[in-house]
Amino acid sequence: MAVTRASGAAAPVPPWVRAVPLIPLALFIAFAARIASVASGAVWTFSAPWAPSLGLALTFRLDGLALLFALLITGVGVLITAFATSYLAGDPRLGRFQLFLLLFMGSMLGVTTADNAILLFIFWELTSISSFLLIGFDHQRKEARDAALEALLVTSGGGLALLAGLVMLGRAGGSFEISEIASVSGHPLYMPIVVTVALGCFTKSAQTPFHFWLPSAMEAPTPVSAYLHSATMVKAGVYLLARLAPALGGTATWTLLLGITGGVTMLTGSFLALRARDLKRILAYSTVAALGMLVLLLGVGTREAAVAAVLFLLAHALYKASLFLMAGTIEYDAGSRNVDELGGLGRAMPLAAVVTGVGALGLAGFGPILAFIAKETMLGSLLAAPTGAIAVTALLLASAMLTAVAVTIGWRLFWGESLRAPSGGAIRESKSLIAAPLLLAIASVAFAIVPAWAAAIVAPAASSVTGVWAALELHLWHGPGMPLLLSAGSLLGGLAIHFGLRRFDLAAATEGFVSRGPQRWYGWSITALVDGSARFSRLLQSGYLRSYVKIILVTVIALVASTMVKSGIAPTRQDWDEVRFHEVVIALVIMMAALVAVRSESRLGAVAALGVVGYGVALMFITFSAPDLAMTQFLVETLMVILFVQVIYHLPRFVRISPARTRAIDACISIAVGAIMTVFVIIAANESVPNDAARFFAEASYREAYGRNMVNVILVDFRALDTAGEITVLAIAAVGVYALLKIRGEAPGT
Amino acid sequence: MRSLILETATRFLAPLLILFSLFLLSRGHHESGGGFAGGLLASIAFALHLFASDPKAGREVLPVDPHVLIGAGLLVAFVSGAIPLFGGLPLFTGLWIPPASGTTPHYGSPLLFDIGVYLVVAGITVLILHTTAEE
Repeated sequence: MAVTRASGAAAPVPPWVRAVPLIPLALFIAFAARIASVASGAVWTFSAPWAPSLGLALTFRLDGLALLFALLITGVGVLITAFATSYLAGDPRLGRFQLFLLLFMGSMLGVTTADNAILLFIFWELTSISSFLLIGFDHQRKEARDAALEALLVTSGGGLALLAGLVMLGRAGGSFEISEIASVSGHPLYMPIVVTVALGCFTKSAQTPFHFWLPSAMEAPTPVSAYLHSATMVKAGVYLLARLAPALGGTATWTLLLGITGGVTMLTGSFLALRARDLKRILAYSTVAALGMLVLLLGVGTREAAVAAVLFLLAHALYKASLFLMAGTIEYDAGSRNVDELGGLGRAMPLAAVVTGVGALGLAGFGPILAFIAKETMLGSLLAAPTGAIAVTALLLASAMLTAVAVTIGWRLFWGESLRAPSGGAIRESKSLIAAPLLLAIASVAFAIVPAWAAAIVAPAASSVTGVWAALELHLWHGPGMPLLLSAGSLLGGLAIHFGLRRFDLAAATEGFVSRGPQRWYGWSITALVDGSARFSRLLQSGYLRSYVKIILVTVIALVASTMVKSGIAPTRQDWDEVRFHEVVIALVIMMAALVAVRSESRLGAVAALGVVGYGVALMFITFSAPDLAMTQFLVETLMVILFVQVIYHLPRFVRISPARTRAIDACISIAVGAIMTVFVIIAANESVPNDAARFFAEASYREAYGRNMVNVILVDFRALDTAGEITVLAIAAVGVYALLKIRGEAPGT
Repeated sequence: MRSLILETATRFLAPLLILFSLFLLSRGHHESGGGFAGGLLASIAFALHLFASDPKAGREVLPVDPHVLIGAGLLVAFVSGAIPLFGGLPLFTGLWIPPASGTTPHYGSPLLFDIGVYLVVAGITVLILHTTAEE
């Protein structure tokens, strides 16, 4: 069971949590009030500046397509939050759960109403994040955490591609407002745009070969599966493809890419649904198939296909959400989700049998429900399309497999026999859980009986996809014709498959093939990623100060030396003549002290020698008239010696641990750094480039900042922000040092 | 090991060093010095005291926790940078109090900022000195 039912000791849920469904309800009413005006062609827009310098604006736009999605998101949202209130009744985490659901709902509304491409992307990523939180809701279970991570990695990986695609689209189309972008099919960037945008949409909408994350996501509590992973979020990819169809569609590339991907996904999904045994997984795979159908239809590009896509989207959301909720209800009441263990539930759960039956009719696309109209329209549009024959064949095949699945779910679970041991104990129907799926089923039927209602929502949405406004009339009964004939054919095929599979173990027969699928590739790539990062980190982050210093110094040598060689600068005779005698003396003293520090047999000697090096450098600063630097250097050196003296008794024995070879390499590196920096400084000191910055500071420091000490004026006034950053870093480092010393001091037994 | 000479000398030297560090801080805008050097010098005064006495006494001579010095310093520095924001000016714009006589103002937000730097640097160094001394 995905959600552990709360024990009696759980803290009670505050009463306001029960009122959460009112939020989507209010939004739903607000959106529903706009149906009439949107149907007459009106578009509601809202815009506010956000980051004008980056071309970012908070622009929202409610047209037909956005309204359809908004109604679905809020309408299904009401039922899901209401269902969750009963499903998680008594669970102390209900409040958190509803919060995540609302977070998702807001993000998804943002995706479908945003007109600015970057804004849309931000909401898009937010849906991935809220989906991650919801799949991993039961975070104590490893499966849930893994599934959440898997969904996040796949969808946000595609999200990165999408971001690139949207940026290119904005460049190519001349605007980041999607409504202002005309077709970019002639632009040189067209191909990369289509590929990256499609990658984003395909991962989000679980197209093959990325379909594997969706069934894994069934680890989520059932309301989540019903809401995110069938009715709304997984359709975000479909939504974006539909939204961008006017800008990107109408080319052979578009049709082929979407047609082939959608077709393959449709067949993969329905086949995998057929062999799955877990009720939620079956539904997940059938959702994959439905998403494939939608992508296929969007690839066709005709108005009929657009109508069919939008209609099917609506129909699918209604029946699939209801089926998912029923799956949760069945599990809640009968204690199992395995279709082989379930059977004959009809007597104990009559209402559930009816509601599930309506949903199963939707899956099969037959009967007096909206899905039937959608399927007829789909077949009609594909028959009329130029290369429709292959698509129609694939659709019929997929449809037949889904019909077989529908018979299992809608008939055998309730009126047939269990294939294995029947679930024991008396089963009681939870009436409170059935309310939400029942409403969805009623909507499904009502739309079919009064198709004008569906047409009022579908027509403007289809117009957003095609970019051309046109009226639409829908009928439940089209009269006998090719689509009906084909539909009947797929129904018969489905029945044949269903009864054929009773004597054939499909899952076992195809296990070897399926287990080599994309799920396994995902596992490999994650393992490779983790191993690779670990290896890379070990290489760079050895934990030894000496190797960090070595890496830094070698990098400095390489960069400075290569630049000097490339630009051919070398110190001239004159440069060397500029070196004064006392500078040479100081340099020699520093070098001697360094040598003593290296050769010293005692730590105190080495520390003292290092102090001499530091004082020598400070003297050098004085000769180059930098008293501030020199003063600070003196103080720092003094403090260093004090600190060394304080800790000297706590340090390990002073011994040479490196072998001779390492020491030789270290010596070479040190000498090279010293030599290169010396040459570099000698060249730089005599370079007489016109230095505007120096002159500016010299003039402005007194005139504008009222200070004669240029160094200090730069530190506290001109570049105060930098200094502020530096002291912040210092403070953080000090806290780190303090913590390390304290932890070491307090650790027991050390 | 305590040295009477060092202890006695410290009694006079440490306050002088603190005073000198404040002098460095105050002259920094025109002559060599400033908050950074001043803060370091102040911490050396405390280091001296630490050597002359024991860690506990060394800590008690400073009436506040060095952590507080660091936090206060950061606060002063950032507040001095944020003050111009209230006048609609960019962050860290130097603001000066007009002088009573002459044309060069002496007190302004950059001085406040330097005081913040002084406090942070002194606080950090004293914190590390005290913590290592306790080991």
